[in-house]
Amino acid sequence: MLHEWLYIGIFLTIALAIPAIALTIAGILSPKKPNPIKNSTYECGMETVGVSWIQFKVQYYIYGLVFLVFDVETVLLYPWAVAYNKVPLYGVLEGILFVFILASGLIYVWRKGALEWV
Amino acid sequence: MTGIQILFIVNALVIIFSAVMTVTARHMIHAALWFVLALLGVAVVYAMLEAGFFAVVQVLIYVGAIAILIIFAVMLTRRALEDQEKPFNRASLVTLLIVGIVFVGLILSIRFWPLLQSTTVPLSPDQLTVGTLGLALTDPQQFALPFEVTSILLLAAMIGAIYIAHERKEKGK
Amino acid sequence: MSFIQDPIPWVIHWLETLLIGWGLSESLTQVVLFVLGAGLISVGAMFFTTMLIWAERKIGGRFQDRLGPNRVGPWGIFQTFADMLKIFTKEYINPVGVDKVPFNLAPVLSVAAVLAIWSVIPFSQTVFGTDISVGLLIIIAVGGLGEMAIILAGFGSNNKYALLGAFRAVAQLISYEVPLVIVLLIPVMFSGSMGLNDIVAAQKIPFIIYAPVACVIFFICSIAENGRAPFDLIEADSELVAGYNIEYSGLKFGMFFVADFLHAFTSAIVFTTIFLGGWQGPGVEEMPVLGGFYLLLKTLVVYFMMLAIRFTVPRFRIDQMMALNWKVLTPLSLVAVLVTAVVDKSIPQGNSLFRIAALLVANLILWLVADRMITAFRKRHPVQVVSNKRPLARPERLPAGGEGISQ
Repeated sequence: MLHEWLYIGIFLTIALAIPAIALTIAGILSPKKPNPIKNSTYECGMETVGVSWIQFKVQYYIYGLVFLVFDVETVLLYPWAVAYNKVPLYGVLEGILFVFILASGLIYVWRKGALEWV
Repeated sequence: MTGIQILFIVNALVIIFSAVMTVTARHMIHAALWFVLALLGVAVVYAMLEAGFFAVVQVLIYVGAIAILIIFAVMLTRRALEDQEKPFNRASLVTLLIVGIVFVGLILSIRFWPLLQSTTVPLSPDQLTVGTLGLALTDPQQFALPFEVTSILLLAAMIGAIYIAHERKEKGK
Repeated sequence: MSFIQDPIPWVIHWLETLLIGWGLSESLTQVVLFVLGAGLISVGAMFFTTMLIWAERKIGGRFQDRLGPNRVGPWGIFQTFADMLKIFTKEYINPVGVDKVPFNLAPVLSVAAVLAIWSVIPFSQTVFGTDISVGLLIIIAVGGLGEMAIILAGFGSNNKYALLGAFRAVAQLISYEVPLVIVLLIPVMFSGSMGLNDIVAAQKIPFIIYAPVACVIFFICSIAENGRAPFDLIEADSELVAGYNIEYSGLKFGMFFVADFLHAFTSAIVFTTIFLGGWQGPGVEEMPVLGGFYLLLKTLVVYFMMLAIRFTVPRFRIDQMMALNWKVLTPLSLVAVLVTAVVDKSIPQGNSLFRIAALLVANLILWLVADRMITAFRKRHPVQVVSNKRPLARPERLPAGGEGISQ
């Protein structure tokens, strides 16, 4: 089984190398004439006003959190799904109980209004 | 030196280097990105141990969810966008000495732990599949109860986090 | 195996005997063959992207009642090469204060994350990269690498609009990953394995017939994961000026572009493999090379559907997109998994027609219930119209020189 992972490792290395080589070739072929106006930060054609920070909404963090919980839940459900054909009915019921408990978590988050994008 | 030993040494060096850079980086976002590299290195360790499912789960959950959550959290603190000085102070040398002694002590005690002295037998290929894990998770004699308790743990985590992180709307709005 | 029936494994076998005859050891031969195979697939995918870009521009032009590129070469097929030549020689503008490593790593990682999916796809019964047992999860895991690429791009450009665009993009991508991952439980349940070879081999009848609701949810989430219309809020010019790749120029921007188009085709090929039966079709037992043709044909059909949706449907707003995902697709996918699990276990094994009928009926009931609930919800929360006077200029409403257009 190790040679399968070796193939994936080789593929990832090649997949990282090909764009890197292409970018290097283009870097050699392209002109280099930097001047201060070209290199300034883009703000719709105006000068940047103030220090570069953004008003970060906590909504991003909540989406990330709910995504994390559902991701872990689904990853725990994958072995159950693989063993689905060999398990009698109570095994299926255990999985259904698992999904119910987490669906109730989703309903809680929904009712709390944490899923609105304000 | 077989090929896999060379790969393991390279991978271990990458993990240690990125772990050190995580702790000593100046900019918090850089620390988070070095952390991602350390997590990818751990996934490679899992793959080399023939635990393929856990390697993929490591990338999927740690890099795909937890690292992104950490980066979001770092961005929530506005000071993260500024450069900070090196995170060392005057007591760093004494701390390094104490931590080094504790580290060496832990490694020696784990190395000579009786349970680790026997060599383990590699599992047969049909025991290595994910299906075996699935059967174990649904068997009432084996791991069905921890499986269900995990779901309650995840529910508690979600409720707790939403309770803390969500801004309360005013009543009557 | 003869050369006609199965060309690629014949060539691989010939190369293997050649290399062993030269004196290389067994494992080194394997490594060399792996490198060759991986290199060929990667370079082939990148060159295939040029054809895809041409096809998309041509078909998009026809959808929009115009011709598309038709100057450079017959039917404009060399247009992409001309664009590539131009973009290879454009200057790299590095704005002040960029972080060198994240800024330059982001386009490379973006393309690599899409190319890595090609390593696990079975192209025919005997031609595949690797028979890894967790292939399905690898496809989703490298999506996470693509998200890291977007964060690197947004953070590396020293630009608050790029950062904001990157966060919105990542929020969209992680939101739409939830129904995607949940709904992929259903093919795993049917085939009993997470490896793509096993999923394709178990599809004597394609899974789209067994689980149409799951299929539709997967299709919608794939389009959203790509950042294509109607979910292309990330790159909408009117919303955030070009989003996270605002400071990129030259081939670095070209790499993001290539990653976008290649990701669309890769999503189509993954959809075909999981739900439409991959290389299955009449006659693949005797001639395995036909499997590759079937795969290509089915993928092109799915790709055409993705293009049709792209050039037809208007763009979503971000709150509509998030509401669609968290309030419709996620509960629907959870209920679909539950319903499929219960129904599939309740019917006796081996009765194929009855199984199809039971699953189709269950999916139909699920679809109707979901539709009824969504309609009832929309009746309770109608969209607020700002004003009742609609400023449309219709020819039949214009009086003979009176008010003109109502305000």
